Parts: sequence; C-alpha cells; structure tokens
Amino acid sequence: MTALEGPAASGTGSPQGPSRAVPAAALTTGRPRRGWRTTLRRDWQLYSLLVLPLVFLAIFRYLPMAGNVIAFRRFRPGSSIFGDEWVGLRYVELFINDAKFWEVFQNTLILGGLSLLVVFPLPIILALLLNEVRRRWFKRLVQTVSYLPHFMSIVIVAGMIFQIFSLQGTVNQVVEALGGDAVNFMQRAEWFRAIYISSEAWQTVGWGTILYLAALTTIDHNLYEAARIDGANRWKQTWHITLPGIRPTMVTLLILNIGTFMAVGFEKVLLLYNPLTYPTADVISTYLYRVGILSSNFSYATAIGLFESLIGLTLILSANAISRRLVGTSLW
Amino acid sequence: MVTDTSSTTTSTGRPDPQRAARRLATSRPTTVKDTRGYRVFTVVNVIVLLLVMAITLYPFVNIVAQSFSSEGFINAGQVNLVPRGFNIETYKTVMADDLFWRNYQNTVVYTVVATAIAMVLTTTYAYAISKKNLRGRNFFILVAVFTMFFNGGLIPNYVLINALGFTNTIWAIVIPNAISVFNLLVMKAFFENMPDELEEAASIDGLSTYGTLLRIVLPLSKAVIATMVLFYAVTFWNSWFQAFLYLDDARLYPVTVYLRNLIAGATTATSVAGGTGADGMTQVASNIQSVTMVLTVLPIVLLYPFIQKYFVSGVMLGSVKG
Repeated sequence: MTALEGPAASGTGSPQGPSRAVPAAALTTGRPRRGWRTTLRRDWQLYSLLVLPLVFLAIFRYLPMAGNVIAFRRFRPGSSIFGDEWVGLRYVELFINDAKFWEVFQNTLILGGLSLLVVFPLPIILALLLNEVRRRWFKRLVQTVSYLPHFMSIVIVAGMIFQIFSLQGTVNQVVEALGGDAVNFMQRAEWFRAIYISSEAWQTVGWGTILYLAALTTIDHNLYEAARIDGANRWKQTWHITLPGIRPTMVTLLILNIGTFMAVGFEKVLLLYNPLTYPTADVISTYLYRVGILSSNFSYATAIGLFESLIGLTLILSANAISRRLVGTSLW
Repeated sequence: MVTDTSSTTTSTGRPDPQRAARRLATSRPTTVKDTRGYRVFTVVNVIVLLLVMAITLYPFVNIVAQSFSSEGFINAGQVNLVPRGFNIETYKTVMADDLFWRNYQNTVVYTVVATAIAMVLTTTYAYAISKKNLRGRNFFILVAVFTMFFNGGLIPNYVLINALGFTNTIWAIVIPNAISVFNLLVMKAFFENMPDELEEAASIDGLSTYGTLLRIVLPLSKAVIATMVLFYAVTFWNSWFQAFLYLDDARLYPVTVYLRNLIAGATTATSVAGGTGADGMTQVASNIQSVTMVLTVLPIVLLYPFIQKYFVSGVMLGSVKG
C-alpha cells in the first residue's frame, strides 16, 4: 500500500500532502495550534455530518484499494478479503509471461490510442462549427439533439449497434444497395475497432462540446476586432485567437482522457465483443474480468488490475506534469 | 464595424446594453459584409450540422420503427425510418411478460433508493467540506478526490461485496456507488458560493449546524439538489454492470440486465460468456429487442428537456470549481 500512496501524495497534494493538511488548515483559521478538543467541541455537528460519508469512502473506496494486496497473496474465496499467505511476485511474473496478456495489452493501447486520436478532436471541431452559427435557435437545436446519446444506457447503445450492424441492418442495406455482399460486422474481428470508435464518437461528440462552448464565450472580442484591422480573415482568426483561447480546456480534457486511457470502455467492450472478435476486441479489463470473475483466479486478475491502475495513475500524473511545464495548465 | 452591437444600440435609439452583452457573449461579431468564401462556409456548416443531427437521431428512429414493424419486414432488411407491417403486437407481448415488468419495477426501486442514499451522503459531505474554517478540510477533500484517480479495481471490489454478503441483495446495487466525486465537487462549489451572512444570521438566531443546513441552506439549494438528483437518477437508471455482476436471480434484475440478456441471446449464445440466462436463449426477435429498448429509454426521453437543462448547468458549475 505504501507504494501506492507514495506517488499519490506527492502528485495530488502539491500544496498540502495528507500529513501536512491539518496544520495548514489550522493556520487559515487564524489561531494556529488550537487544540483538537476545542475544535471538536465547537464544530462537532459539522464533523458528525462527515461520519457517514467517511465510513462509506473507507469501506467502498479505500478498503478495495487495500484489497489489492491479494495480488501478492494467495486468496481463497470465502476467506479474508486480504488473502491468506504471501506469495511474493508470483502473479506478476505469471502475467508478464502470459502471451495472452500482452495481446490484450496491445489491444488496449490501440483502442485507447484510436479513441484519443479520432474521438478527442471531434467535439472541438463541432464546437467551432457551432460557434459560427448565427441563428441561435438552430444552434440550440443542434446542441439539444447532439447531447441526447450521452443520456443513454450503454446497454441501449450496444443494442442499437447490434441492430444497425446486423445482417439485415441499415449498414448492410447500404452495402447491398451499392452492390456489395452483406457482412456480419459484429462477428468479424477486423471490423470491431471501426465499430467501437464510430459508436464512441456518436455517443460523446455532442456532450463533449459543452465545456468548449463555455470556453469560447470567454474569449475577449476585442482580439477579433484587432485581428480584423490587421487584415486577418476568418480562418486566421480561428487559428490565432479561437484555438489558443480554448487551449486550457483542451489540455485539461486531454489530461483527463489520457488518465482513462487504460480503462477503455470496459462495459461497452463487454457488451459488444464475442469470442470471434477477441483478437481485436479483448482489452485488459475484459480479460481480467474473465480471468477473475468467470474463472475465479482472483489473485492473478488483481495483479493485472493493479498493473492497469498504476499505469493509469502514472499516465495522468505525467500528462499533468508535462502540461504544467509546457503550457502552464494543470489539473490541480 | 460590428453589426450585432450597432443594431442593438442604434436601431431603437435606446441602447440596450443587456441585450448587446448577451449577443456578444453568444456569437462572435461579424463583419458587415462577409467574404464570398465565408458565405460558402456558412452553407456547408449548416449542412454538416444537419448531418450531425440526422446521424445522432437515426438509431432512435430506427428502433422505434422496428418496434412497430413485423418480424418479416425486419428480417428482409426493409425497416429503416418508417415501420413496415405496422402492429402493436410486439408491445403487447413484451408488456405481457411478468419478468419484464418485475425488472422494470426493480429499476425504479433501485434508482429511487440509490439516489436517496447518494443524496444524503453527498450533501452532508459537500456541506461540511464547503466550510472554509473546518479544521482538516484539505484532508477531507483529498480523501474524496484521490478516489477519482485511483480505485480498488474490479476484483478487490467484487471480493469485498461478496464478503459483505451483499450478493443477490439490493444493497449491492444501491450502496457501492453512492458518492460520485464529480457531483460532490459540484455541490461543494455551490455551497461555497452561498453568502456567509445567511448562516451567520442563522447561528446568531440560535440555529444549530443541523438546523442551518435543514432550514436555511437546503431550501435555498433547490436548483443544485434537483441537478444532483437528476445526475444520480440517470446514472442509476442506466447502470447494468453492478447488477449483472452481483445478482444471480433473474427476478432481481433491473431492466437493463433484462435487455442485455435479450441482446446477448440474439447475437450468439456464447457471446459475453457467463451471462446468466444468455446461454439458454436462442434468437430473440429484433422487434422484441426494439420494444424493450424503447420502453427502457422512454422515461429518459420524456424527462430529457429538464435533464438536459440541469445537466448542462451542472457541468458548467463543476468545471468552474472542479
């Protein structure tokens, strides 16, 4: 556990690490080093409000974090959630030597990379297009419609995908109308990535514009005026004023996206894939789901999951550090 | 020259600064005469946006059309935008299924209970950590925010829920996701923006912290509470995996898992290995799937105007202070 808390403490609490948080807070109240007894007597009602949520966080968030020790311990279903005895790095060695693991690792990188490359820029483009619309009712209509998929359960989205890409579905009707032969898209590994990415775009592009549109309204209009006087056309204004204006938003969202890179749409893949599409569809999270839950190799799956979470944490911390240094934008 | 501002100030003779400011805030001022290239762009832009709307809406229209069509036309690949072989028999069939209703009812119960629990925990925590003079405040914030970036992972959670004996009970669904840190930060930001004087006055009048929260703060927070209730309710209504993982008894499923089993049954019996009920099922007609989807989505679509409004403002609030 100490290994986990190390990077977190140094990364999350730039002003105050967990250990220094208390004295720092006391300083801001004016009277430093007042006893906890006095504080509690004064604010006990406020602290009592914290009790239930803290118990919740301790049991349902921090206990599972500690439960990751079963990656290094033998675990038998029914015994302690922290396992029975230490086995060292046995399970880590196991997955490092597991060819299947590296296959799903690669799939995860490809799906995550494609999402970042294809899906991430789309809301920016849509926001810029919406920004050029001068009829407000039309702009609002496009927004309202494009937000809709965001509110759909992933199960509904999967159901729609199955119908549209089925043998008699819309896509195959188009294919046949163009003279091709119907393809069983959902059973073909080579189509999985395209289907995953395009449905991801469908679901997220509209909703993703909200923060960009908000950022666009904060750009100083005198800048455009000045640019026009200098002879900049519309495109140059977009390039030199609008895009730099929304850059902090872009960077922040990029960091957050990089942080979830490894956890690529677990539920969606789980709903969409089948053994025929495993070669491209199976990702780390679905693999560890099958290994852990379906085959009951809890420790082995935990080791994989811990590895995945640590990569995710490292990615978000390094992306944040890089962006703080290069563009001065940071999450905290 | 800026057309937008000039028209609002000169045409009526009376300047309308509010209106001008609003227009400035929403659209970039444009030159009096656009270049020809820009006029072409405007047309292309409208076409692109119309296409975006069409693509977004198409799957919805398609499932509605299928839900009213007969199986024959669907299998012949002839149903797109309009129902063919119009009938409401499929709706009758689905609605006659006891399990469907039972699961639908479960979804309602799970959503209500889970939202209630989540609201209590989120509101109390957000209120306490919104107090700037709370000793240990930074620590309490960090405790919550850290869980955004690192979580226990699937297996330790699964082991824990089993150890707690939550398997095959409602608790496995309604408790483990009770605090969303994003929602917590939105609420905290809202409470922080409340004027301190209100609560000072309340405490001078002898109200305790509980009294202030219940009688002063919460009644003034109806907007943010409504937003949070919607945030949570939509999430819980849509969720399926928690139930899929922890419930074995089909009568306890929410409707999303019912639907998932229909879909899994319709693709291949072996797909998404391990789904309870999926293995026994063979082909499930697409019109039955469509009807189930329509009925599952219906409450969300009906509430959509409210949901959309509150969600957008909530996201903005969260992004300012998050």
